[in-house]
Amino acid sequence: MIEVIRCGPLSTVQDLGRFGHRHLGVAQSGALDPIAVQQGNLLLGNEANAAVLEISVGPLQLQFHQSCRIVLMGVDFDSVLTSEGDSNREQTVQAGHPVEVSAGMLLHLRKPAIAGARAYLIVSGGIDVPLVLGSRSTDLAAGFGGLHGRPLQAGDSLSIGRFCKPPQHRPYGVRSLAPSHVLRALPGPDYEAFTPQAHQQFWMQPWRISHQSNRMGLRLNGSPLSLQGPLSLLSAGVLPGDVQVPSNGLPIVLANDAQTIGGYPRIATVIQADLWQLAHMPPLTSVYFQAVTHSVALAAREKQKHYFTRLQDSLARAT
Amino acid sequence: MRVTQIGEDALLFVFTPAGANTVDELIQQNLWQLSAWLEARRETLGLVEIVPGMGNLLLRSGLETPLNTLQELVLSYWPDIQSENMEPRHVEIPVHYGEEFGPDLEAVAAHCGISTHTLIELHADTHYRVYCLGFQPGFAYLSGLDPRLHIPRRDTPRINVPAGSVAIGGAQTAVYPFASPGGWHLIGRTDTPLFNPASVQATLLRPGDIVRFVPSGEPT
Repeated sequence: MIEVIRCGPLSTVQDLGRFGHRHLGVAQSGALDPIAVQQGNLLLGNEANAAVLEISVGPLQLQFHQSCRIVLMGVDFDSVLTSEGDSNREQTVQAGHPVEVSAGMLLHLRKPAIAGARAYLIVSGGIDVPLVLGSRSTDLAAGFGGLHGRPLQAGDSLSIGRFCKPPQHRPYGVRSLAPSHVLRALPGPDYEAFTPQAHQQFWMQPWRISHQSNRMGLRLNGSPLSLQGPLSLLSAGVLPGDVQVPSNGLPIVLANDAQTIGGYPRIATVIQADLWQLAHMPPLTSVYFQAVTHSVALAAREKQKHYFTRLQDSLARAT
Repeated sequence: MRVTQIGEDALLFVFTPAGANTVDELIQQNLWQLSAWLEARRETLGLVEIVPGMGNLLLRSGLETPLNTLQELVLSYWPDIQSENMEPRHVEIPVHYGEEFGPDLEAVAAHCGISTHTLIELHADTHYRVYCLGFQPGFAYLSGLDPRLHIPRRDTPRINVPAGSVAIGGAQTAVYPFASPGGWHLIGRTDTPLFNPASVQATLLRPGDIVRFVPSGEPT
């Protein structure tokens, strides 16, 4: 069991997401950075989809009441492990390097190296919360899944799932990916309804991430995009990665918690291989969109799959 | 019909004419049938999401079936759909109109030039059809609002619309399963849960259902 001693405002239990229920209005949820989650789970010998903690803002202080192995992925937090009653002996925890934790130890994540970027805490056995509609992810808007459908609070207890793998002794780590701040994208269903000038602005200008961004979407600031004329759209299914442009002309990149149906014109869709970057784009940083073809999008997807196959193979050899 | 690709693995089929801002019920009925047909083939075709919208359908594929194969499949099935007259389910939703539960009731009545009593009668005396679900878990897009009750959305959206609120916005009426911000006018509230993730059928309403609002006592 893990006890939450102190907690910033937005740490949630997430897995790779809740799929197949959008027709009921149920959002995808899930970790914004699924690459980090899979890397961490594979490193510890978990199922790739085991539940983890997504940490958006520090601090987070946890006490482990059982021994386990942990790894932090995503942005490097200023993180240390201490033993109870012996706070002088601090062990630094670096992202990508699994560490052994004994019962009674405290993990303290102070603040991220990049404010607003997300970290993931992966525990051998995974965080054990009930599956709801096929996922352990927290649906914050509807308040279900994860731990009681809400962010963690001081005083919460998290169960750890059963872990059957034998302990591994070879020290190894894996590097978290660094975001490029370039999101490759395909033209969206309403691309042609925008003016040629809007097309140029969309692909050429740096977009600044607004403070009003969250797990539902990243709101972007820049010079507004115009439609060729009024466009009346009937509500239709939308997906994470869709770039919607509401009437103020400022794009919103839909993220995991986005609603399932929308009525705004869609200028583009970010390719899935690049969506993990949304977890690491804090307010006021800039982002560019790069037009790619369908085959580039598919190749990027394959490359990512291949990376995990290779990682799994090399980890299997290391044990 | 228009088909556009969304991202690398999804297709959007639009069955309404370009520029349409209403949906013919027959089109929507065919859409329910198409969705059910695809739902039965979800695993075989490796479909991740099958999302009917207003006169349109979003398909997200796991790419086990190539997108052009999926497109052909839908295009060849669509003309053959016979709208079977399936007996729709009837669902009644008790609503407490007005007071603190429907703070905009009087303003809406004033805008529409009718009494609050008439407003409630017109709102409750209609058989609404669930066109699709979305926005929030269990949120139903309903057709059939009496044109006398159409009203533009509020100038300033509310920061918090309580769960269970019954609202009118534009030419539509709906119930909010969860608290959220919202720009519609609140005319009442219901106790009836619209979403329960623990139950086999997670949503109270399903596409094709006929919904009636029944004026009732105060919600608890």
